[in-house]
Amino acid sequence: MGIDLSQFHETFLEESFEGLDVMESSLLNLDAGDSDPETVNTIFRSAHSIKGGSATFGFDNVAEFTHVLETLLDQVRGGERDVTQEIIAALLESVDCVRSMLSAQRDSSEYDEKQVQSVLKQLECMLDKEDSAVEEEKDDAQVSPGVTQGWLIDFRPHLNMIQTGNDPVRIIRELKSLGPVEIKCDMGKMPALPDLMPEDCYLSWQIELFGDVDEAVVNDVFEWVEGECDLVISSLQTDVSTSSAVAVNADPVEEILAATTELQVEEKVIVTNKDKTGSDDSVAKPVQKRTKAAAEGSSIRVGIDKVDELINLVGELVITQSMLGELGQNFDTSKIEKMMDGLSQLERHTRELQESVMRIRMLPISFAFNRFPRLVHDLSSKLGKKIELKLSGEATELDKTVMEKIGDPLVHLVRNSLDHGLETPEVRKAAGKSETGLLHLNAYHKGGSIIIEITDDGAGLNKEKIRAKAISNGLITEEEVFSDEKINDLIFQPGFSTAEKVSDVSGRGVGMDVVRKNIRELGGAVDIVSNEGKGSTITIRLPLTLAIMDGQLVRVGNETYIIPIVSIIESLQAKNENINKIVDQAEVYKLRDEYINIVRLYEIFKLQPDCKDINNGLLVMVEGEGSKIGLFVDELLGQQQVVIKSLETNYQRIDGVSGATILGDGTVAMILDVPGLVVMSRIKTSVKEDKVA
Amino acid sequence: MTTIAQTVDVQTDYDVNADVENQYLTFILSDEEYGVDILRVQEIRGWESVTSVPNAPDYLKGVINIRGTIVPIVDLRMRFGMEQLEYGPITVVIVLKVIGENRERVMGIVVDTVSDTYDVPEDSIKPAPDFGDKIEVAFVKGLATVNEKMLILLDIDKLLNSGELNILDQ
Repeated sequence: MGIDLSQFHETFLEESFEGLDVMESSLLNLDAGDSDPETVNTIFRSAHSIKGGSATFGFDNVAEFTHVLETLLDQVRGGERDVTQEIIAALLESVDCVRSMLSAQRDSSEYDEKQVQSVLKQLECMLDKEDSAVEEEKDDAQVSPGVTQGWLIDFRPHLNMIQTGNDPVRIIRELKSLGPVEIKCDMGKMPALPDLMPEDCYLSWQIELFGDVDEAVVNDVFEWVEGECDLVISSLQTDVSTSSAVAVNADPVEEILAATTELQVEEKVIVTNKDKTGSDDSVAKPVQKRTKAAAEGSSIRVGIDKVDELINLVGELVITQSMLGELGQNFDTSKIEKMMDGLSQLERHTRELQESVMRIRMLPISFAFNRFPRLVHDLSSKLGKKIELKLSGEATELDKTVMEKIGDPLVHLVRNSLDHGLETPEVRKAAGKSETGLLHLNAYHKGGSIIIEITDDGAGLNKEKIRAKAISNGLITEEEVFSDEKINDLIFQPGFSTAEKVSDVSGRGVGMDVVRKNIRELGGAVDIVSNEGKGSTITIRLPLTLAIMDGQLVRVGNETYIIPIVSIIESLQAKNENINKIVDQAEVYKLRDEYINIVRLYEIFKLQPDCKDINNGLLVMVEGEGSKIGLFVDELLGQQQVVIKSLETNYQRIDGVSGATILGDGTVAMILDVPGLVVMSRIKTSVKEDKVA
Repeated sequence: MTTIAQTVDVQTDYDVNADVENQYLTFILSDEEYGVDILRVQEIRGWESVTSVPNAPDYLKGVINIRGTIVPIVDLRMRFGMEQLEYGPITVVIVLKVIGENRERVMGIVVDTVSDTYDVPEDSIKPAPDFGDKIEVAFVKGLATVNEKMLILLDIDKLLNSGELNILDQ
């Protein structure tokens, strides 16, 4: 039984999609008339790998398509062809085609054959045009290539060549494309049929290739099989007609090999059939019903350095463990110090290990950003706008799950900016701005969050229009005061759109609410700052990771709470002279130049504290929702990393609490939701104000 | 702490299978015996201190950690407005699987003590008489007589999804 190649399909597809991404981004970097050889090479390499792989795995449609693509690219690479806008467009389209073919392969679905064919034609058209031109040139420049020159290729594949994914038929076909060939097949090693292994290669060939072909070109054909065959390429001098052996035309050879491949395929089908006993369909459509979800996102590519780091850490952990084990076997009080050492080592290693494991899940945000150059490129030509896209902070790392969930909202926001935000060149000119609009995507870390900014220098939000729309939708009343926050809120309402006409890009009013919902589900926030006529900035704030955070343990009465360290500015012992009471209700603390609202945790959570006098307690200054508050607690305990557990699984959301965690002693402690507390403190103050009034 | 029963699967349909016997775990609350469907019982634990939940109703004593999950604990006496009892060594927490509108939750109830398990034929369960507004009868699935004793069978889904515990997924 041979190797079941399908087990590699997933890896191949994954790699191919990556290759396509590379091709796409490189293509977008290519400017007409200016071809950076390295960029062209990168594109060529990607196309070549996809071609090789798809041929190996029997995705012939992809292989054929990429072959044409590759030929065209090869000409570009060789400088025979200038990079024109036309070529770039065609290449981009072909990237789409390959992608759709590969996705169809992955999901066992259909792709748009017509589109593929038309793009293929387009490519071939280009090739033909150029070929004739090149040929003419050659004819002029060189003496016509005589049949006298050529190469004798002795090609003896090793038994396992097919298993390594190389198909001799393809190599021969490739040679055929170089010039007229005469092929002799040596079937001497062919075993009797019962002993024949369908995946072994028993044949070898002597190929005579006629024509003026560079040796390097011939070598290139065999590039993939180096080391998997015995290959002798010698120059063919004169006497050609030495064919006395079993002269076989290339086509029968192909037939034999094709038969072998078929055998292989049959075998595979039988295997599938066995796996799915009783279901007749499975023969015809082995994996038809594979769901898309299963195909996606089940694997992650991790840099080898990250894995090595893990192995190192695990090694150290084992050493520490054995040291502690030895200590424990005959322990007496004199060894306490040693044990403490060991324990602190253990702690350090555990923490490092944990960090490394978390880092495995981290991917640079360029994974999410990479699709935008293409999107902007396509959309801007569709919308007739000139747009420059600037990306920065692509190396910022983000948790994989967060990344997956943020992709679609980002696309939506970018499309919005392109469609509604940035104006057409004429409008921009009239407004005294440069014709090219700027869209800037930026990502960076801030505290424990990651910030993604989408900035455009377009028209900004039209407040009047939003207001009118909101009134007509009944979301606000005529009299209502219209603050900036209200605008923010409104455009995230479901079904809210001020677009005059619905395009296929945006304007249906679905989306922004979904964007906000998705971001909130990730524990993040989204915010818009808009300057009418000057542009707008959308800021997305996301937590770095969803599972673990650094926490400060504080005690109020008998309860322990955890404050996320990232939101703590400082902790201090309150001084009486800095405390002021406003109308005897709200308390503020003067911290340097600022007055900070004091929140007594025991009041908000209705607890019995040790002390109610601020002078004896501690204030923890925290920041959230853009403002600071001072939390009044009884005692600061320690700092530790906590694993965030949801309260909502079995209970419900609690105001002022973002989750819970389990402490070292097995008890549960609540994690404070600082932004929530800030909001609560505002409500509390306003309630008090009402009372006063 | 002993684990008596592990949940098997979702409840059977009570109305259709009239001659099916269901097992009930019974517990004592203020000298009366109450029963819950034994298939819903995940485990029985001794009372241990809980972490209180801010701004929660009185009867929600707090949350505890059961093997990494945070489980809320409801004091059944307080839920029914009964007189409070000091928690002692025989005070137990019955951890139950509660099926809500669109999700399953795990919750614990504090009872005086665990009593017994009984097989109760479905057709011997009598509906509870109408007590008017006095008692929240909705939580009582029915009354059954076993060994001359009356059992009050509780509908824990209704009970533990009621009032402040009711969660409407937004």
